[in-house]
Amino acid sequence: MLDNEINQIFFIAGVGILTAVIHNVLKQFGKEEFASWATLTGVVVIMITVVSYVSDLFEKVRNVFLSH
Amino acid sequence: MEIIQIVGLGLAATILIVVLKGQSPQIAFLLSLLVGVFIFIFLLDKIGLVIGLLEKLSVQAGVELIFLQTILKIIGIAYIAEFGAQIAKDSGENSIASKIELAGKVLILVLALPIVQRVIEVVLNLLPA
Repeated sequence: MLDNEINQIFFIAGVGILTAVIHNVLKQFGKEEFASWATLTGVVVIMITVVSYVSDLFEKVRNVFLSH
Repeated sequence: MEIIQIVGLGLAATILIVVLKGQSPQIAFLLSLLVGVFIFIFLLDKIGLVIGLLEKLSVQAGVELIFLQTILKIIGIAYIAEFGAQIAKDSGENSIASKIELAGKVLILVLALPIVQRVIEVVLNLLPA
């Protein structure tokens, strides 16, 4: 029942760890600006996912509490 | 046993957030926000059941619809304000959290005004002229 949710959580944690690893590797190579861009891209990708769920929550709250 | 699922989800997410916090705090914050959204969405279905029952009861008892509508709106405002305030508090922004709570209180007060007005009218009618 919460399968989709737990998958989503592991996906986001995976993207986060991957982003951190890419950030560290790029930093080791001395590409500081690429490293910060990689982190920023990861944050934006995750934020798009999260914001869609937040808007889903607000829509559901409106349906439950304000539709009468 | 849905509570086991919720607690499992929360624990798994907590462990992941603790791991992520050292690497990239922004993504850890987004993850905790997402878990909060999931739990609230899960609870919303259950709250819908309760509200359906309340509605049936109020129709049977002949309560005016505007009262139930107002109460439901107030609960909705409290629900969303609590969510936002907790998220802000989690990331250390206590001042924004208290402002969100203040906004929720003021909006609830505005919604409750018609009911207060009705109560005062009823009391005035009861008083001898």
